[in-house]
Amino acid sequence: MKFTLSWLFDHLETDASLEQIVDMLPMVGLEVESLVNPRESFAAFRVAEIVTAEQHPNADRLRVCTVNAGGETLSIVCGAPNARSGLKTVLAPVGAYVPGADITIKAGKIRGETSQGMLCSSAELGISEEADGIIELAADAQTGANFADYAEQIRLSQIDPVIEIAITPNRGDCLGVRGVARDLAAAGMGSLKPLDFSPAVGEGASPVTWHIDDSALALVPAVSGRMFSGVSNGASPAWLADRLTAIGQRPISALVDITNYIMFDLGRPLHAYDGDKIAGNQLTITAASSGQEILALNEKTYITETGMLVIGDEDGPDDIAGVMGGERTGVSDSTTNMFLEIAVFDPVSVATTGRKLNLHSDARYRFERGLDQCGPEQMAGYIARFIQQICGGSFSELTLAGANSYIPKTIAFSLSRTRQLTGVDVPRADQKQILEILGFDVDDRGEESWDVTVPPWRNDIDGSADLVEEIIRIFGFDKLNMTALPRNSVIARPAYSAEQKRVPLLRRLLTSRGITEAVTFSFLKSDDARLFGGVDEGLRLANPISTDLDMMRPSILPNLLQAISRNNNRGIDNISLFEIGPVFLSPDETGQRICVSGIRQGNIRSADWRQKAEPVTAFDSKADILAALALIGVSVDNLVVSRDAPDWMHPGRSGRLKLGKMDMGYFGELHPAILMHYDLKSPIVGFEFWLDTIPLARNKGPMKPLLNLSAFQPVSRDFAFIVDEQVEAQALVQSVRKAARDVVTDVQVFDIYQGSNIEAGKKSVALTATLQPKSATFTEDELKAISDTIISTVAKNNGGEIRGG
Amino acid sequence: MSDLETLKSDFEAAIQAAADNEALEAVRLDALGKKGRISEQLKQLGQLPPEDRKQAGQALNILKDQIAEAIAARAKTLGAEAMNKKLAEEQIDISLPIAQQAQGFAHPLSRTIEEITAIFSDMGFVIAEGPDIETDYYNFTALNIPPEHPARQEHDTFYLMPDEAGQRPVLRTHTSPVQVRTMQKMKPPIRLIVPGRTYRSDHDATHSPMFHQCEGLVIGENIHMGHLKGCLIDFCRAFFGVDDLPVRFRPSFFPFTEPSAEVDIGCSRSDGGLKIGAGDDWLEILGSGMVNPRVLENCGYDPEQVQGFAFGMGIERLAMLKYGIPDLRTFYDSDMRWLRHYGFVSADMAALHTGLGGE
Repeated sequence: MKFTLSWLFDHLETDASLEQIVDMLPMVGLEVESLVNPRESFAAFRVAEIVTAEQHPNADRLRVCTVNAGGETLSIVCGAPNARSGLKTVLAPVGAYVPGADITIKAGKIRGETSQGMLCSSAELGISEEADGIIELAADAQTGANFADYAEQIRLSQIDPVIEIAITPNRGDCLGVRGVARDLAAAGMGSLKPLDFSPAVGEGASPVTWHIDDSALALVPAVSGRMFSGVSNGASPAWLADRLTAIGQRPISALVDITNYIMFDLGRPLHAYDGDKIAGNQLTITAASSGQEILALNEKTYITETGMLVIGDEDGPDDIAGVMGGERTGVSDSTTNMFLEIAVFDPVSVATTGRKLNLHSDARYRFERGLDQCGPEQMAGYIARFIQQICGGSFSELTLAGANSYIPKTIAFSLSRTRQLTGVDVPRADQKQILEILGFDVDDRGEESWDVTVPPWRNDIDGSADLVEEIIRIFGFDKLNMTALPRNSVIARPAYSAEQKRVPLLRRLLTSRGITEAVTFSFLKSDDARLFGGVDEGLRLANPISTDLDMMRPSILPNLLQAISRNNNRGIDNISLFEIGPVFLSPDETGQRICVSGIRQGNIRSADWRQKAEPVTAFDSKADILAALALIGVSVDNLVVSRDAPDWMHPGRSGRLKLGKMDMGYFGELHPAILMHYDLKSPIVGFEFWLDTIPLARNKGPMKPLLNLSAFQPVSRDFAFIVDEQVEAQALVQSVRKAARDVVTDVQVFDIYQGSNIEAGKKSVALTATLQPKSATFTEDELKAISDTIISTVAKNNGGEIRGG
Repeated sequence: MSDLETLKSDFEAAIQAAADNEALEAVRLDALGKKGRISEQLKQLGQLPPEDRKQAGQALNILKDQIAEAIAARAKTLGAEAMNKKLAEEQIDISLPIAQQAQGFAHPLSRTIEEITAIFSDMGFVIAEGPDIETDYYNFTALNIPPEHPARQEHDTFYLMPDEAGQRPVLRTHTSPVQVRTMQKMKPPIRLIVPGRTYRSDHDATHSPMFHQCEGLVIGENIHMGHLKGCLIDFCRAFFGVDDLPVRFRPSFFPFTEPSAEVDIGCSRSDGGLKIGAGDDWLEILGSGMVNPRVLENCGYDPEQVQGFAFGMGIERLAMLKYGIPDLRTFYDSDMRWLRHYGFVSADMAALHTGLGGE
């Protein structure tokens, strides 16, 4: 919403300066988005008089002027055809910045003649597009005067500062300058000037009347109309055209400009029909049937859907109510009879229609935010006089229609509510005054409770909390007392629940393992989702920002792979990334999981002077996932690895972890086909698990179990078993553990061998078992018995033979 | 020179001449071994007349001690020499680089969330969560944003495909729906924050289709706007580590709060740089307000009995301002150079007792 300072002063009687106004606007809730104050750029210029203008000796089109700049005489070379002696014009002295030409004036010589400044055109000053010749000021302009002062003195419209404010969706009433003035008046910045809203007595009945079809009755609370006859629709007067130009609107013709002006001035959209183009003598507002075509004023054709409000005559609909008028019945330069519509349409209806047609307009913007419910009748007189003043002619009586359903809203307002919500004691008189200046009617007969009637332009006011907001925003948020929240415990308790705490813990663990955290989008390309198991079609975005981001992600791995690819393309290799974030199985509330996903690419250790580079293997991602699971309380010794990792993993080099029947995630090398899809080089390994499915570690309190340190030294025994090459190390380790559960504390695999001395199809697996005596050091016999049990168990369970045994 | 003196000087010379432990051992055996010359003389003491025996014995024992001492001293010297020689041989090029240790970094977004959490945790808040895929009801209607309300259009909502009932789930456009979800489940008093992902259909230099917000909600019997002001000023000052940070409250509009306030912090700009703190300019930092009675009613609360405030802040914005990160889009790019530069190592934990980095 843009307006100029003088425009605001049309409505606000005030001594406040521009600066005070601009400082106050945000403090009442009207955020200033921009302020353009031409005074600042004009101040560099001076009024000057051309004393002599001689032909330039070396250039046909230039003149050498002697210029009286007030107190000094300058020589200036000027190319303007109208540069002549005696002319008062605008001088840009040396050092001035000329906005229209984007130059800073320097003293110099032009074709050999000294030039000590520049005489300016309107375009060079940024006042208008007029570039033919320098500005011609009135003869009484005071030579040497600061041009900004002079412009103010002659009320040059272009010196008017332009203020742009952001209007929150609740403040439809401030989409007109008068509404802004009213807020400022309430805030103590002067008073709202009265406007003559008295009815205008017309001549005779309007030859065109309104009819609201039953289908539309509920959506048209009020509409008025009036025929203006014998109007001249020429160019607007300069002041009006200048104001519209200042706020970025292009002046078109008086009638169009007036409807625009009233919209920005009073927040009241109007629509002007050419009275001679209306077929028949009635305009009908109706709910459209589907498929009706309307050529709108923006020269585009819109096709209606059932229920959209349209306005038409005998020849059919030609206006999308509240959104945009039609080309057929609109005014043109030759219009002499104009029928003016002032309406209130249902905001939701206008919003729905506008959204469905994807048609934005300043009118729609206002209608959907709610308009002064009484406007069609109450503003009609003011508007009629305004039009007549500019376009002449005569106007008819007002014709009205509508459900007239507006009943002023009255709120029972308990005075203690202000203190209760804000903690501030706003004096009773101040509360009343604020509400009244804002247009509320306050019946203060009650001591504790008032009846407050809401003005018809404040459709946003719903209940007493809204009244408190009005009072406190005008009274001033700066008067709120900063109050510390009372502590609910002396020592703060944790903000994280036991479940939630796992996320920061995992983040710290994974970063400490040399993996860097990524944050990637929750959506990805549906093709990628398909590669990673696919997802419910219900997770497809109806309005994706691009086809690359059209599906909610079922896994984080594809995003991490793409991140690696982007890094590789920048020449960065050996990437380790993880992300903890949501993945989605279905669109309902139960379908979201917190996923922990990590990926490593290239070398786990780079080459240096001591060792060769070591590429990542499935076991690096296994180490990552085991460390992560151990951290959050999973007893990793009890995890079983199976070969059923998802099919985007390398079938021979990946595994799934299970605790009993519970799925605890998967790890390993990514499938080569996946890497090919992303154009990535192997090896890339990764892991993924869902935090939701990991049972929460039982809270045993801070007390740790008593530590029993054995007095007896543990013994280690090495075994090498020859087994079928299919036998998994995990099975051998389990057998060794089971064989002597009470003494075996650890089993490590230290060698795997296939080759000479070992039969084809077999392998040798060497293990170290750590044996812990409980009550006395093991005797040789005891050790032998344990070893024998281990050997026989492995033989029985795994078909293993002790090597060299 | 007596025999003993000759013996002594011979041995001393031999000891000094011993170039290594072996040679020295040979000298020792020659002198003090079972068949060593001093040992032999000691054995022959018995053949001396008793009157001479004592004196000769004393002299021999002194010699024996002197030689043993000299051998020990020589052995020490030889040991030291050997060590020095070995040390000299063991010298390495200590300027060689260390092996590269992989270092991981936490994302500045999660660090910022940790900092926010640390501060609000101290004010008694707990973390609440809700789904990223929301119903229209929780994202809008329950928050007093009816269908076709202009405030909805400002949300640039992402929709999923309609379900069987024709309802389109939405990607939550803010973390505010968790307010409603929590209030429907819990009784007051409530103090919670909701850091989480949010989505809007907007993608340019200053907008990302996915970003992060942190919602806050305080509900109690006597929680008023002064508390809102106190809580948020305390937060801003702690987060930026500026004790006298000016904080300004401006009236604004959110459908789910009434009255509503935008919160600005003081800053100054010079030479293209931005400094948080007392200055001549303001920066919008978060939105807030007293929970709208309509929302309280939608959650089954009686607005006559309980009231409170809510606030919402953009986490990326806070991170950008605090850590001087210039471009929003870089947050989601996973550029390793960016992550190493703006990320945090795990040892650097955000905690109130060690400071949050702004001090």
